[in-house]
Amino acid sequence: MKLTGAQALIKSLKREGVEVIFGFPGGVVLPIYDCLYDCKAIRHILVRHEQGAAHAADGYARATGKVGVCLATSGPGATNLVTGIANAYMDSIPIVAITGQVRTTVLGKDAFQEADITGITMPITKHNFLLKNSKDVPEVVAEAFHIAGTGRPGPVLIDIPMDVSLGQLDYKPIKSVEIPSYKPTTTGHPLQIKKAAKAIAAAERPVFYVGGGAITSGASPELVELSERTHILVATTLLGKGAIPETHPHSLGMLGMHGTAYANYAVAHCDLLIAVGARFDDRVTGKLDAFAKKAKVIHIDIDPAEIGKTVHVDIPIVGDCRTILRQLLEHVEPRQETEWNEQIMRWRKEYPLQYGSGAALYPQYVIEQIWEVTGGDAIIATGVGQHQMWAAQFYKCRYPRQFLSSGGLGTMGYGLPAGIGAQIGRPDKIVFVIDGDGSIQMNIQEVMTAVMHKVPVKVAIMNNQYLGMVRQWQELFWNRRYSGVDISAQPDFVKLAEAYGAVGMRVEKKSQVADALKKSLEYKDKPVLIDFRIEREENVFPMIPAGQSIEEMMVHRPK
Amino acid sequence: MQHTITTLVENKPGVLARVSGLFARRGFNIESLAVSITEDPTVSRMTIVVEGDDAVLEQITKQLNKLVDVIKVVDYQGIPIVHRELAMIKVNAEPSARAEIMQIVDVFRAKIIDISDKTFTIEVTGSVDKVDAMERLLEAYGIRELVRTGRIAMMRGARTP
Repeated sequence: MKLTGAQALIKSLKREGVEVIFGFPGGVVLPIYDCLYDCKAIRHILVRHEQGAAHAADGYARATGKVGVCLATSGPGATNLVTGIANAYMDSIPIVAITGQVRTTVLGKDAFQEADITGITMPITKHNFLLKNSKDVPEVVAEAFHIAGTGRPGPVLIDIPMDVSLGQLDYKPIKSVEIPSYKPTTTGHPLQIKKAAKAIAAAERPVFYVGGGAITSGASPELVELSERTHILVATTLLGKGAIPETHPHSLGMLGMHGTAYANYAVAHCDLLIAVGARFDDRVTGKLDAFAKKAKVIHIDIDPAEIGKTVHVDIPIVGDCRTILRQLLEHVEPRQETEWNEQIMRWRKEYPLQYGSGAALYPQYVIEQIWEVTGGDAIIATGVGQHQMWAAQFYKCRYPRQFLSSGGLGTMGYGLPAGIGAQIGRPDKIVFVIDGDGSIQMNIQEVMTAVMHKVPVKVAIMNNQYLGMVRQWQELFWNRRYSGVDISAQPDFVKLAEAYGAVGMRVEKKSQVADALKKSLEYKDKPVLIDFRIEREENVFPMIPAGQSIEEMMVHRPK
Repeated sequence: MQHTITTLVENKPGVLARVSGLFARRGFNIESLAVSITEDPTVSRMTIVVEGDDAVLEQITKQLNKLVDVIKVVDYQGIPIVHRELAMIKVNAEPSARAEIMQIVDVFRAKIIDISDKTFTIEVTGSVDKVDAMERLLEAYGIRELVRTGRIAMMRGARTP
């Protein structure tokens, strides 16, 4: 069958099961957009800035487990994707980014809207391709999806010059992908499994430390079973939220810089740390030589390069988390609750997450109310900052792929486009974007995308008129010199929402919170923005200052 | 400690940039790098000399292995190898010094491959130490230009990576 490169691209995307593309057109992607015009199987979501397309593809991927796809033109279109690609790379999220490129005949000659996007994205993609021949389109698309979605997932970029889109090829569907130099290990080494099972049996104070890899691999059922069988409690990272229901008695919530005190105490005092799909990020470990220093470490991860990268590992097991937990379930004997479980429970009682009980509008209260009105079932997407940490602390996730947040890169502005992508992938769920007044403004233009495509995301803005997390650091470590953080000069978010054709609401009192949230759920075909005027100088606690140990943990605001 | 790593990669455009970019952004130091095709035209070989302790080397080999275009990585540490480097040295050669220089060339089993009225261009092949020693001896006459290839290496005996 004779097709153009662009037609072959769309056909190949359909073969990969792509149902939606987040994109923005431009000159050199016109051949591709022309094909999309007639394509019924793939929905095109027109964003308002390419960064939004990359984040939406990322949010879609996190919420559904499928590979997300975004599309942009060459030059500025492509460079606008860069932050979104880097974000997906840091959090190991499978997206395929397709960019147009100037014709091969002028490549490298500084043509109009030319940017070396494969060069630019080399350090922030799992792999990328610059197509030179139309005939390679089907194979490269198949390889891109294979690489993005398998092993440790990540973003893959395909750069397609315009003459490659226009050129003809004899299309043959790609049945299977074989890349000799790419063979991720999935099954854990049996000997290591036995060693790990032995270590678990011998441990007195074991604890699980579970990250995004457990979500990616779908290891939740196995994790819960293993935890219930052994009575080993589970702390998760930001990206691991939902790997075990946070309403489960074995869940310790999040650990790390703003994690629960009891999760951090458990890790600090454990004698066996079982890391599952987590990479010992500095926001988790703090000061490295003080982190879990009495513990033997089992590290389960699909990426061999993560083993021993930052901490010494006693029992590494390379492979897919779910497969390995299944293997472990065959060897691990039941354990009873011990004094160690009681100790952790005492810490939990002594140092619960808490916030002010006064009449003021506390952000934590708003988040708890979001949980109440959604029955804890909503998908949550966040920006980056204080609101993100409050959401992580107070929205107890019930299931995996429920909490979408920019972990590694810490990208302000991630929440809204990610929420849109998630809502499109999961129309059956309520999607709440919990955002800050600073973060939301980084991609506020995507409200228009949500309105245009009738995406009913709810956006709860925790508005303290500050870049709050930076202000918190200035308060605690920079002598309250609030440099560059006052953003009280800001739009009226209610009017702004209305100007976009969305619903806008404002909440200034505690008593209005539940009603406003309930009302927001009534809108099924348009987004709702709620401007919560929260306590201005509320801080996120507990906090372990960057690079320090649990000894320096501030459970509450210092007196 | 200095390690010699051999890396077999797909012979595709951009692979060298992927490998060198990886070294740069992860903070690994390349002492020398030699790239060429192999007996299989679809495969290139990079011989990389790096400085680092065991932990650094472990990261280097693991991170290299993660690149989709990298087929195989072998650290030659502890493996008997033969290794060579080639240098071309353009050295001042006044008539009065020519005999001496030719003697040095002879001792090192090097070759004079170009002559002008004021210079010799000398080709020397050997271990890094040998090339270093040659360079030191010729410094006395004034080296005008020097180019070295970086190390290439193979396992001794019948073994291949």
